[in-house]
Amino acid sequence: MSSVSQRWCSMPMTITEKILAAHTSKGVVLPGELIDARIDVIMGHDLSTPLAIHEMEKIGAKKVFDPEKIILVPDHFTPSKDVKAAESCKIMREFAKRQGITHYYELGEMGIAHALLPEEGLVVPGDVVVGGDSHSCTYGAIGSFATGIGSTDLAAAMLTGTLWLKVPESMKLILRGEARKWVSAKDLILHIIGDIGVDGALYMAMEFAGDAIERLSMSGRLTMANMVVEAGAKNGIFAVDKVTEAYLRGRARRNHTVFQSDPDARYTDVREYDVESLEPMVAFPHSPGNVKPVSEASDISIDQVVIGSCTNGRIEDLRVAAEVLQGRKAAPGVRLIIIPATQDTYSQAMKEGLLEVFLAAKGIVSTPTCGPCVGGHMGVLAKGESAASTTNRNFIGRMGHPESKVYLVNPAVAAASAVKGRIAHPDEVISRGK
Amino acid sequence: MILRGKVWKFGNDVDTDVIIPVQHTIGTDLEEFGKHCMEGLDPHFAGKVIPGDIMVAGTNFGCGSSREPAPLAIKASGISCVIAKSFARIFYRNAFNIGLPLIDSADAWGGVEEGDEIEVNLDSGEIRVVSTAAVFKANPIPPFMQQLISDGGLMNHIKRKLNL
Repeated sequence: MSSVSQRWCSMPMTITEKILAAHTSKGVVLPGELIDARIDVIMGHDLSTPLAIHEMEKIGAKKVFDPEKIILVPDHFTPSKDVKAAESCKIMREFAKRQGITHYYELGEMGIAHALLPEEGLVVPGDVVVGGDSHSCTYGAIGSFATGIGSTDLAAAMLTGTLWLKVPESMKLILRGEARKWVSAKDLILHIIGDIGVDGALYMAMEFAGDAIERLSMSGRLTMANMVVEAGAKNGIFAVDKVTEAYLRGRARRNHTVFQSDPDARYTDVREYDVESLEPMVAFPHSPGNVKPVSEASDISIDQVVIGSCTNGRIEDLRVAAEVLQGRKAAPGVRLIIIPATQDTYSQAMKEGLLEVFLAAKGIVSTPTCGPCVGGHMGVLAKGESAASTTNRNFIGRMGHPESKVYLVNPAVAAASAVKGRIAHPDEVISRGK
Repeated sequence: MILRGKVWKFGNDVDTDVIIPVQHTIGTDLEEFGKHCMEGLDPHFAGKVIPGDIMVAGTNFGCGSSREPAPLAIKASGISCVIAKSFARIFYRNAFNIGLPLIDSADAWGGVEEGDEIEVNLDSGEIRVVSTAAVFKANPIPPFMQQLISDGGLMNHIKRKLNL
């Protein structure tokens, strides 16, 4: 037996496998294995949480397992867009109070959860995080295992502190080279989704590596991890490095454990990308996998531009948008909507003078909300309208009417498109090298 | 368990935004979710379903948002199970968690037509077209998922485990 256990102990594992193994009673886990994992952070928002509370109450459960591990953020339809939304928020607010959940983020201190949790240092490397939202995979940027779940899973996790999970196979994506000006993390992930398809990483962990990844800021990594679900992935993961540690300094609320993939860890697929020749990318309707370079999109006129969301609503995104919009105006007939993802981001954008740039460009600046990204409020599209948006999905009816269209782009392309009134490369409004 | 119903056919990458647009996902009223089932593709779909009917779709069914009203809407509309070439993972969990069976079959999609009467044997994974007696194999439902279905979903499974 001892030789067997030694062999198992020395079995090479990926970061994802190591984190999951550390959250079970086993030392080793294998892809495909069903495990009961201990959960460190559980996130719920105003759409997923009321149903979860309903499920808990249905079986007579009274108390959550640990109120400190639960984070509730009303971010989708807030400030409440109608009575139903207000009722949902009220259910959540009262539940938080009743259960002693202190990480309840009310208007005035909230943000879009996937931007807020990293910013607040609530997720640390090595965590297992589940969130009642598909884009909960965002936290993988910080070296945690993070995945999206539905309301019943959310109820089960809040109640028991554990959740059944299937250990995913891992796919490794190695990105090399220095990207050109205006080519951002958004373009890298869109390019990858375009390459592997919207189910190209179905049920898998997408592990990112390579010098192009090492050069990415935490903001860029969050953007990439955010969209792995658009390739069907269970989680996306970035190894912890100096960039991660610098981001966590003065921010992380807990101590953390760093896991690295073993050099001989097993991957179902390893893909390499040279990012040097990439252009900014555009995902055409109605799929995040329908990706073309921006040069093939210059004849597409637009009615609205949205800059924000859990994908691209952080301060770095707003700075890039402001760089393009500085001294310029949205074209006649284009509605420019800018949504800082958190209250802190909003405040920082104000201090840096970015809000003035946006307002002078005839843009409007909203309080943090998921709003238009889900076709909720704050910029829903009418029949036949088109939008260039820095969000993450462009399914039929995603931003409003089933006959509206959404083109997914990076913040610089979104800003340039607002100025031109059609999808445009930033070089078309700012001369190169300036 | 054997399910029998008429086929409603869909393509690849049916996302949860078309299964139930977000404005109808607020709250906990299952009947209301059901009225908007597949509204993004066919606003009148829910009214046409006869209880027991079966959806047959291509790859990556249920991709996109984690919204649980998606499988809840399908179940509440009267659909008894969904057969697809593959399912998006959050949708897959959500469906079994709420007690909507999903069947994974590479062959059924190409072998059935919309409106066909079919029988699905959840235990053996066999799909039979009633009029032609053609049979298609599906991957058997994993034992843990079968347990969830027989317990009546994840919360009842937990209730049993915790002796609530």
